[in-house]
Amino acid sequence: MHGNLETINSIFSKGMMIAKKSIKCLAVLAIVFSSFNVFAGGGGTSEKGGQINTPEDIKGYIKHHLADSHDFTLYSYTNDAGERKHVGFPLPVIVWTSKGLKTFMSSKFHHNDDGHVVVDADGVKLAKIHSKIYELDADAEHVSFDETHHATNAHRVMDFSITKSVFGMLIAGLLLFLGFTSLAKGYKKGAIPTGVGRVLEPLVLYVRDEIARPNIGEKKYKKFMPYLLTVFFFIWILNLLGLTPIGFNVTGQIAVTMCLALFTAVIYLTNGSKDFWAHTLWMPGVPVILRPVLAVIELVGFVLIKPFSLLVRLFANITAGHFVVMSLIALMIVLKKDFGAVASTGMSVVLATFIMVIEILVAFLQAFIFTMLSALFIGMAVEEHDHDHAHNEDGTGYEDTTFI
Amino acid sequence: MDQLLNDFSPGLFFMQMIILIVLIVLLAKFAWKPILSSLDEREEGIQNALDEAERARKEMQNLQADNDRLLKEARAERDAMMKEAREIKDKIIADAKEEASQEASKMIENAKATIKQEQQAAIAELKKNVAELSIGIAQTVVKKELASQEDQLKLVEGMLQDVTLN
Repeated sequence: MHGNLETINSIFSKGMMIAKKSIKCLAVLAIVFSSFNVFAGGGGTSEKGGQINTPEDIKGYIKHHLADSHDFTLYSYTNDAGERKHVGFPLPVIVWTSKGLKTFMSSKFHHNDDGHVVVDADGVKLAKIHSKIYELDADAEHVSFDETHHATNAHRVMDFSITKSVFGMLIAGLLLFLGFTSLAKGYKKGAIPTGVGRVLEPLVLYVRDEIARPNIGEKKYKKFMPYLLTVFFFIWILNLLGLTPIGFNVTGQIAVTMCLALFTAVIYLTNGSKDFWAHTLWMPGVPVILRPVLAVIELVGFVLIKPFSLLVRLFANITAGHFVVMSLIALMIVLKKDFGAVASTGMSVVLATFIMVIEILVAFLQAFIFTMLSALFIGMAVEEHDHDHAHNEDGTGYEDTTFI
Repeated sequence: MDQLLNDFSPGLFFMQMIILIVLIVLLAKFAWKPILSSLDEREEGIQNALDEAERARKEMQNLQADNDRLLKEARAERDAMMKEAREIKDKIIADAKEEASQEASKMIENAKATIKQEQQAAIAELKKNVAELSIGIAQTVVKKELASQEDQLKLVEGMLQDVTLN
């Protein structure tokens, strides 16, 4: 009888805990959504009521999506009065101008993206043109453009804003931190993780056993695990976030992928073994005349080509994925005239769903490939040869330079 | 390429760098190190447990083999002991038999010797008696017969004939 009471009690308290947790979650969500503002904006398409009908509009819209953004817009609509409304929230703009650091909320630009709204931040006139912040020359009041639509009286400033991409990275970082610290804490309770950890642990093991160990080697892989794990999950989460309707395109920003590739390059160049540098700069076993030529080729390969291939592969795959999905959704509009609303919508939904499924795979694949190649390059750099012919026989040596 | 360069945002690059460094450091300290060490520990534990089990199995096997060997040895010992006992028994019986037969033959021998002695004694007694008897007879005969010369000669002759026959 007493035991029964206890179980009931524990069930009840567990239920309370779950309830508390979900109340917490709901509260957070409520706070997030109540902070979404509805802005009235004068966007570039306002003369058509914000409708996007022509292929040019679609192209512009996709381009706008692929670029970074200074505010977080979930969706936009045009109300009955013909005003363009944006649902979302503004993000802080932090710019280094000729008069020092200036910060303000992006709502000051009123969603304008073609330089027509000029914000005066303590004597510095700033305009936003295609998601880039420009500082107007001291005497200018408005941005004037030349015929190729380049601003003539304004220059770009260093933009440290919390843009949509930075916001996405912060969210991804937070998710990573919460998820994996909970996994780490889980091990204190027992050797077998529970809850989220049960999903995360195999992934960690996967990175360790399938990516780091075979490519870097049993002796040295431990040192590089934090980087490889962080990068793998960071890219994967950002890729997946990019597939949600929230519409991040973080790993499709060339600055982001360049930073990631640069990290990999710095890591493998600073950890290069004596053998690695000896083989790169003065390749043994080839005629002396060829050695400087090979040294140049190897150096260019390691310093430029490999990081470049890393950054472009990730950037291009994710950008292409977003582009294709958005284009297929746009088929609905483009083909409406020829096939009718039902057929064009059906076709668009089927194709977009199909590509979306592939994109989920690509999201993982690109995270995997980036981490895999990082591990491979690190492995090549830290490898120590027992004798000069090792790399010709084991196949993991310099033949891989073609795999960039 | 121009488009790419134009899209490149140094600010975003900088922010990404900061975020990535902070993330790597934080995660390395609070997540990856404890996770990886726990995983290593667990794998080591599993490996140890497996090794232990293997060792216990081998020990069991050894024990079993030992038992078998002991059993076999015990059995062999028992067999040997039984065999020895049987041999001892046989020997004892054989010895006893021999001793008995010896004893018997000795007794027979003794008996024979006694008999012989008795016989000789008897013969000697008999001879003595016969001699006494003969002398007595002879006395009587002599007393009676010696009346005539002829009879005396006859008697002597006859007696002599008997003596040689005897």
